Amino acid sequence: MTDTRTLTTADPRGRSRRRAIDRRPLTLRRFTRKYLGGIIAIAASIVIFIVPFAFILFTASKNAQEASLLQFTLPTQGWFFFENLVDVFQARNYVLLRAFINSTVLTVASVTIMVVFAAMVGYVLQRRKSRWNHVINMLVLAGLIVPPAVVPTIWVLQGLGLFKTLPGMILIEATFGLSFCILLFRAFISTIPRELDEAAVIDGAGPIRLFFRVILPLLKPVVVTCIVVQAVNVFNDFTGPLYFLPGDANATVQLTLYNFQSQNVSQWNLLFMDILLITIPPLIMYIFFNRQIVAGMTSGAVKG
Amino acid sequence: MTTTLTPRTQGASPTKASARRPSMYPRWFFIPSGVLYLVLFAVPTFASFYFAFTRWSLSGVEFIGLENFVTFFTEPMLIQGFTNTFIYGFVTSAAKVVLGLGLAVLLTGPILGRGYLRSTIFFPVLVSTIGIGVTFKALLDPQDGLVNQALAAIGVAGPGWLTDPSLALMSVALVDIWKGVGIATLIYIAGIVAIPQEYFEAARVDGAGAWAAFKNITLPLVRPATATVVLLSLIGGLRSFELIWAMTKGGPGFSSDVIASVIYKQYQAGFYGLSTAGNVVLFVVVTAIIVPIFYILNRRQVES
Repeated sequence: MTDTRTLTTADPRGRSRRRAIDRRPLTLRRFTRKYLGGIIAIAASIVIFIVPFAFILFTASKNAQEASLLQFTLPTQGWFFFENLVDVFQARNYVLLRAFINSTVLTVASVTIMVVFAAMVGYVLQRRKSRWNHVINMLVLAGLIVPPAVVPTIWVLQGLGLFKTLPGMILIEATFGLSFCILLFRAFISTIPRELDEAAVIDGAGPIRLFFRVILPLLKPVVVTCIVVQAVNVFNDFTGPLYFLPGDANATVQLTLYNFQSQNVSQWNLLFMDILLITIPPLIMYIFFNRQIVAGMTSGAVKG
Repeated sequence: MTTTLTPRTQGASPTKASARRPSMYPRWFFIPSGVLYLVLFAVPTFASFYFAFTRWSLSGVEFIGLENFVTFFTEPMLIQGFTNTFIYGFVTSAAKVVLGLGLAVLLTGPILGRGYLRSTIFFPVLVSTIGIGVTFKALLDPQDGLVNQALAAIGVAGPGWLTDPSLALMSVALVDIWKGVGIATLIYIAGIVAIPQEYFEAARVDGAGAWAAFKNITLPLVRPATATVVLLSLIGGLRSFELIWAMTKGGPGFSSDVIASVIYKQYQAGFYGLSTAGNVVLFVVVTAIIVPIFYILNRRQVES
């Protein structure tokens, strides 16, 4: 009744309509059902998921003495955020700056290689029916499941003269990411009609032009997914550089964090500034490519 | 390779378009990936089956038969790593299945702040494992850590999460669950959203409550999602290294060692043969667990 009469502005109308729906017995219970669960969940999520990140931020903003107390408080002796930022980059002769450059080169190069190579495999694997497909599928799955044999891999890298070099590390990361990308590409290519290939061939395109000019542009959504998911993986990888790229000369950001931890136990503020810095690239990726990351990581959830 | 297959394809289908097909989808598209996979993944994996039977150090390689494996299964500290691998793998993946499904049901229902909750729970998945390990090492500090200070505030004496040998492995597993539950939740959300809404409506008409609907509709129909979550978290959990290394380095003593950390410790100590034997053990463990589960979960899916 009330909502038909008070047609003044949009806001009170909406409110009164909601109240009209809520006008039932046991309003407390309805309130509970509607909001309490959400409020509890949000409170729990703040305690469980936000507090650790706030702790990183706060500790990174404290001076060395206060940070060493490891307390979860706002910095009481003043904010040292920018001082710490400068310090952490200058520490040990700008090793972190070099590490960021190394990590960027590693990520960009290895993801480029794995996306192009995996798209080629996924494409031919999906389009061409042959009895070898079964074997190739098994090999792809093996690439996902089998843990890499580390010392023999080092042995192979040494034989090729690529051990402790950035190119070696790039090829390793590209290899370890291939299987995941191939599976994504194969699934996506099955949704592109074959008639398109035939039309392109009739128009005179060769296999290379057909793939790189016609098919690859159509794969853009899955290419983006692949790039984003694998970029985060490669950037965050610690085990790979630990084994195959030891030493300060080629350190990646994950290694600097690890070395920092073992060398400067007293400088918690700089350690957490380092953590904060290496959390930012994935955060940016997540903000801009939320949908693609989710799509990539949940692929297979519905089909199995 | 291309030439050997061409006559067969031509013979099978005489039309002009399919006669051209071998060149449309060239086999050499497999070669770039194939070379990487062969050289940096397949060769080391096969080589590991030889090197595992050798005493291999900087000074050379000497065939010693099964000695490495005997060492591996008689040294108490190495056996500990073997059993811990199973405990860690099963605890983390079981928890991710249960919590992931629970959270997914919660986050597909009408709840306040759904988008916020989804992003918050998922974000740790993208953060560097080493960064999270260092952060939680500080948070779980027995005296100064936030967790124990919070427990002290409510009058509970918190345990030495990472310093008590009987707790260390479980504490790391807990952080692993914290970091990985987001991906399980996302996969389950994708699975639940794919269930046709009519099933739930029909169940409601038939008088089924929320629990009955969950048990009889959601649970059986998210089986593909469960398969994905179980496989992903088992593959990750059995191979887990980074978090354990960042938080405890396998300690105190050898109480939180897993096979992957044993492999690294033996490698560091220069026992390359023993390290590779560890790799072979890990390979056998992962394959022996993952492959049967893979087939069981996929077969049931076909039946239902």
